[in-house]
Amino acid sequence: MTVTAEPAVGKEAPPGATAPAPRRRTGRVRRIALPYLLLLPALLLELLVHLVPMVIGIVMSFKELTQFYIRDWGAAPWAGLDNYSLSVDFDAPIGKALLHSFFVTCAFTVLSVGLCWLLGTTAAVYMQENFRGRGFLRAVFLVPYALPVYAAVITWAFMFQRDNGLVNHVLHDQLGLTDSPSFWLIGDNSFIALLVVSVWKGWPFAFLIVMAGLQNIPKELYEAASIDGAGMLQQLRRITLPSLRPVNQVLVLVLFLWTFNDFNTPYVLFGKAAPEAADLISIHIYQSSFVTWNFGTGSAMSVLLLLFLLVVTGVYLALTSRGRKAADV
Amino acid sequence: MRRTRAAAASAVTVSLLAAVTACGGGSSTDGGSNDSPKTLTYWASNQGPSIEADKKTLTPELKKFEKQTGIKVKLEVIPWSDLLNRILAATTSGQGPDVLNIGNTWSASLQATGALLPWDAKNFGKIGGKDRFVESALGSAGETGSDPAAVPLYSMAYALYYNKKMFEDAGISGPPATWDDLVADGKKISKDDKWALGAEGANLSENIHHVFVFAKQHGADFFDAEGKPDFTSDGAVAAVKQYVDLMGKDKVVAPGNAEYAQNQSLQDFAKDKTAMVLWQTAAATLKAHGMSDDEWGVAPVPVQSGTPGADTAVNSMVAGINMAVFKNTDNIDGALKFVNFMTSVDEQTILNKTYGSIPPVKAAQQDPAFNTPALKVIRDTLAESAAPLPQVANESQFETAVGTAVKELFAEAAAGRPVTTASVKEKLDEAQQQMPKK
Repeated sequence: MTVTAEPAVGKEAPPGATAPAPRRRTGRVRRIALPYLLLLPALLLELLVHLVPMVIGIVMSFKELTQFYIRDWGAAPWAGLDNYSLSVDFDAPIGKALLHSFFVTCAFTVLSVGLCWLLGTTAAVYMQENFRGRGFLRAVFLVPYALPVYAAVITWAFMFQRDNGLVNHVLHDQLGLTDSPSFWLIGDNSFIALLVVSVWKGWPFAFLIVMAGLQNIPKELYEAASIDGAGMLQQLRRITLPSLRPVNQVLVLVLFLWTFNDFNTPYVLFGKAAPEAADLISIHIYQSSFVTWNFGTGSAMSVLLLLFLLVVTGVYLALTSRGRKAADV
Repeated sequence: MRRTRAAAASAVTVSLLAAVTACGGGSSTDGGSNDSPKTLTYWASNQGPSIEADKKTLTPELKKFEKQTGIKVKLEVIPWSDLLNRILAATTSGQGPDVLNIGNTWSASLQATGALLPWDAKNFGKIGGKDRFVESALGSAGETGSDPAAVPLYSMAYALYYNKKMFEDAGISGPPATWDDLVADGKKISKDDKWALGAEGANLSENIHHVFVFAKQHGADFFDAEGKPDFTSDGAVAAVKQYVDLMGKDKVVAPGNAEYAQNQSLQDFAKDKTAMVLWQTAAATLKAHGMSDDEWGVAPVPVQSGTPGADTAVNSMVAGINMAVFKNTDNIDGALKFVNFMTSVDEQTILNKTYGSIPPVKAAQQDPAFNTPALKVIRDTLAESAAPLPQVANESQFETAVGTAVKELFAEAAAGRPVTTASVKEKLDEAQQQMPKK
């Protein structure tokens, strides 16, 4: 047995003073390569699912890709910057409508993200205390997040119907708050309807993330603060919010991007043509490409949106990181 | 570390944003082949009460075809909300069905993509010739002056459905023949939460179908002879205004109808809340809502004066479903055989009977099933007073632009704000400027 085992050992560790070095090197190479290898499938999928279509989208934005060419994209003539100049000519109807949609989306995003964050943080802070039914409430709060978006928004669309909807039944028939039943799915109120659904759908995520963030704040800080006589508001201002800063930085960014790009909610609520007051940019671009079959202009608008979001994200990250650095000092 | 994190966050951001710009890829192959002669894929539109019901109706027929020819047809019934997007995706990727149903108003738009097999004399020869089909139905199968991009499969037209009990209660003896009559009758009916006429104000296609007819009655068209948009002519403005005024000025349409887009007006009709609807084939849906056939009547859609006919007496669009063959099919002979089978007199009779539509194949119209009072009104309309929607490549964009304008005007009227000739013209002008320049 020992005789047969010996050559094997010898093969693995040949005699000589230089032997240990290459072994260590291969080990190091392996250690360094392993994470990349593990990341490779994700990277490939990322390329395939996101980056390649994005690059194609950018190419499309420079083409005159109308119904006459969708069958053979290669044959579509180059449009230069035509699609872009059409999109940003704010005196003409197409540019004007895009700008209007952009402002609507900005107002909607600021309000929705603000309310989601406020509701989520408030609920998370109050749910830190141990009380009866806490688990149940936590579960209930997370329901909107767990429901399939499509089914949930269709239910909202039913509730917002003017003649048979629950919202008007309560506001008009039972509470008598309005003179006549209001329209929620057309006209100016559609903005409010969209905002309500968006906040209802989005705040549980803020709640979940802030709740997780709160778990990491040491209890001793609060105990020390209360011994020093700090009230609840002061504790919130001096301990909770500063400790949540890194969490909030990511949370607000993610909520911002999701809300700004939200397509499902307006599409299910209003159909292919959203009312002017609730004409979010994602659905506006959908209409400018899929419904009118003009994929070049739609792509140009998408690229403009992409640039805008990149700039906002870059500025946001730069500002918040600098703020944190200053706070760290 | 912080820089790495920022970079990682930016990478995540880029991925999140990418979803917006994402679109498919293109390919092109011309002409069909016979590489797989034993199978066909068929996309059927949803004609019955549900997708399942359609599968039940079509499967035995497809089995018959398989028995006759040995070709197996793989069926997929696609809901209307998805059909056009699916066709566009198939056109773009080149991965489509062999044979498919299309809404006849899309014919010219889809024809422009070049994805559909043109029905020239040779192809028509393989299905028994062009003359077998009703002329008005063929007029809605592609751009005027070029070979049709599809052949008619089911034909429909609008009619006025009226609720007999509500008419009786209001002391009205019969259905109105002109719009003035309709408004006069409507004022008698529209009180105590009951309304005279239903409308699907937020449904873009429905809006288009109605304002198109009103425009014809005002001697106007939404496209000029060269196929250029002409939305702001006096006739077109008057047409849109007359339709929206039924709610705003005449008050015979309930304001709530401004947000209807899911056929809610048929529910109101069946529940005795609305006395009239303008519809294509409502019988099956009304039955599903618990209304028996003798509770409603059918009459031609009103005109401005006189009786329905050609030109300014048009009272319906030519509605219907066409059948098309994808040019890059790998079973071109089989696809033509299948179209021949589906447009045969036997199949036309069976299928149109089931769906409550009129066969566009002349010989199949002789069956007594298409002679009921309701279907007779639709058949006469198709033969005498229906006109095809504009057969231009930008028809689809027109539906969206003008359909949305009418939807917004309905929203104004419903909110009690005045809808004037100037405001209608402004909306239509905006719509026209959104149309492609080429």
